[in-house]
Amino acid sequence: MDFLVFQYPMITIQACLDGLLLGILFALIAYGMALQWGVMNIINIAQGDLVILGGYIAYFMYLYGIHPAWGVIVSPIIMYFVGIAIYKLVINKVVDRDLFISILATFGISILFMQLMNFAFGADVVLANSGYGTTMLFDNNVVLPNSKIFSAFISIIFAICLVVYMKRSKLGRAIRATAQNARAAKILGVDTEKVYAATFGINAALCGVAGALISITFTIHPYMGLPYTIRSFMIVIVAGLGNLPGVAMSGMGLGIFEEFADYILGTEFRIGSVFLLLVLILVYRRFKLSRKREYLK
Amino acid sequence: MKIKNILITFVSAIALLFSTSVVSFAKVVGDKIILGAAISLTGKYSSNGVHTQNGYNMAVDRINSMGGVKVGGKTYKFDIIYYDDESNPKRAAQLAERLISQDKVEFMLGPYSSGLTKAIAPVTEKYGVPMVEANGASRSLFTKGYKYLFAVLAPANLYLDVAIRTAVELNGGKGVRIAQAFEQDAFSQDVRLGILDAAKETGSEIIIDDKLPKELNDMAATLVKVKQMKPDVLVVSGHTKGALTAIRQISEMKVDVPMLAMTHCDAAKLSKQHGKNSQYALCASQWHKTLTYKDDFFKDGMTYAADFEKEFGYDPPYQSAESSAALLVFKDAFERANTFDQKKVRDALAATNMQTFYGNIKFAPGGQNVDKPMVLFQVMCDDAGKCENKVVAPLKWASAELIHPVPKWSER
Repeated sequence: MDFLVFQYPMITIQACLDGLLLGILFALIAYGMALQWGVMNIINIAQGDLVILGGYIAYFMYLYGIHPAWGVIVSPIIMYFVGIAIYKLVINKVVDRDLFISILATFGISILFMQLMNFAFGADVVLANSGYGTTMLFDNNVVLPNSKIFSAFISIIFAICLVVYMKRSKLGRAIRATAQNARAAKILGVDTEKVYAATFGINAALCGVAGALISITFTIHPYMGLPYTIRSFMIVIVAGLGNLPGVAMSGMGLGIFEEFADYILGTEFRIGSVFLLLVLILVYRRFKLSRKREYLK
Repeated sequence: MKIKNILITFVSAIALLFSTSVVSFAKVVGDKIILGAAISLTGKYSSNGVHTQNGYNMAVDRINSMGGVKVGGKTYKFDIIYYDDESNPKRAAQLAERLISQDKVEFMLGPYSSGLTKAIAPVTEKYGVPMVEANGASRSLFTKGYKYLFAVLAPANLYLDVAIRTAVELNGGKGVRIAQAFEQDAFSQDVRLGILDAAKETGSEIIIDDKLPKELNDMAATLVKVKQMKPDVLVVSGHTKGALTAIRQISEMKVDVPMLAMTHCDAAKLSKQHGKNSQYALCASQWHKTLTYKDDFFKDGMTYAADFEKEFGYDPPYQSAESSAALLVFKDAFERANTFDQKKVRDALAATNMQTFYGNIKFAPGGQNVDKPMVLFQVMCDDAGKCENKVVAPLKWASAELIHPVPKWSER
């Protein structure tokens, strides 16, 4: 137990900002997951692997002398088509089945991607240097790498674009209609097959953006995908299904919670404390639900 | 009818028994000694697995071309059966079983990583198959009382021991304040135990002791603590990922610490990925090509490095050098035992006392090599941004003087 965080107020500010920036990035990945879970009722275990693949695209641009920040534009375009391809090959065969089948199928895709990436790119840990420098605040007591600020900024832009697109565009409306009631949407002339493919593609594109940002801020490795899947899964669970603004909130909240847990309990309990929070939230939800049920009786 | 069945079973059982005993002799017949190895050619350890395999192959070719192994007045050549363990401990244990009971291999070479060696050691021990391994440094391998396991490398708890001792020495013999961050895996935790021992002996104080979760590639929180508490030494161990993450975040967050010591910098090719930002980092290594150990086969480290580069096209990491050394140890033991009896070879291995280009090799009763210190090198860059690893400790092998304390970021 360590109370350093309360002795030095600067650490509190640092922890909040670190958590916030990290949370925003994770929220972007979770956003894609929530979208596709809501629309297609598929939990995508390969989410993290799509992120890593997106990261490799930015990394290769960096290797060839292009600034990795351009990966934020190139990576989603390529990943969109990767997403469509995965949908046409695998997902369209499991989309109407129960959740368990889709988990199995995407788990398979995840393993396949890991091995293919390992085969193609090698098992070395890599990263792309952005050379963005550092922002110092409060008399050099709070330090924020500009790459993290850049990541958060880009994530917010993409999230806003997506929300607007969902509200305004024809496809966005079709996606929302399908999410509400696929059968009704079909009867009213929405090509649900197309909607599903587009949803999966958009999700993959979001993963591509996040991956490019992660290669700039952290490190990538073919086998590092699963933590991102788990994290986005947790963010979606905490936010509740079909609650897209909630995803952003829960992403940032979890990020900050995690930083504080790190300072107070120690780094080894960082991930554990997030899981504990998840359990508490689920228990609380159940408790609330059961009370409601009693009331209905 | 029944009698006929019993007869057939009986005859085939005898035939099977006979055939297996013939095959087991066949593993060291003609002029070949066949060794078995399960190596990570795919999966997350595949890059280091390939380094290991290249090291083995290089030594096999060299020993074979320089006269082979002389046992009982006859000359034999080495050959290795490889299987891919997919970086998976369960698979590695299965393959060890298969090498021993199906392929009838009588002598084994180790896999890559402590985790996989841990999975294989019980199998080789059960069958009494001597195994010389070059890539499993975890302390727990050497405390289980294994009789057939020999490691040419120094155990994990000694990796950064020398860094702490150097820091204390530079501090005028007084204890230092240590901040440490270790990943939660067997190897890194062993390194941590070594630091705890060194701290106790030198009267040093550990002020930050973080354990990094495996799935984490962000250590900003630890670094913020380091910034506030201002320790004398920062120690980080978390495989390649840990080393790369540490350098990236230390340079981004401008963390000033007088000494930064890490593991896995050699393989991480720190300076290649981070350029000048990695300057002044201290890296623990099992081997460096500038060490002046000698043997008859590879001459010395520099020659080994040049030959290796010619054959495989890259500078040999220490994983390759120690793997090559494992073959030299086997050759030496076979010749001293002068037989292929597994027990006698095992005893000869236990009595090994030799020098190779990789270092001196002498095994403790637990199987670890106690005659080879770790080396520390420091990443040093010139003005053009070209960086090199220079050995700075122990002093006997040093090719450059340790730069201490590390200059502040504001002055770089």
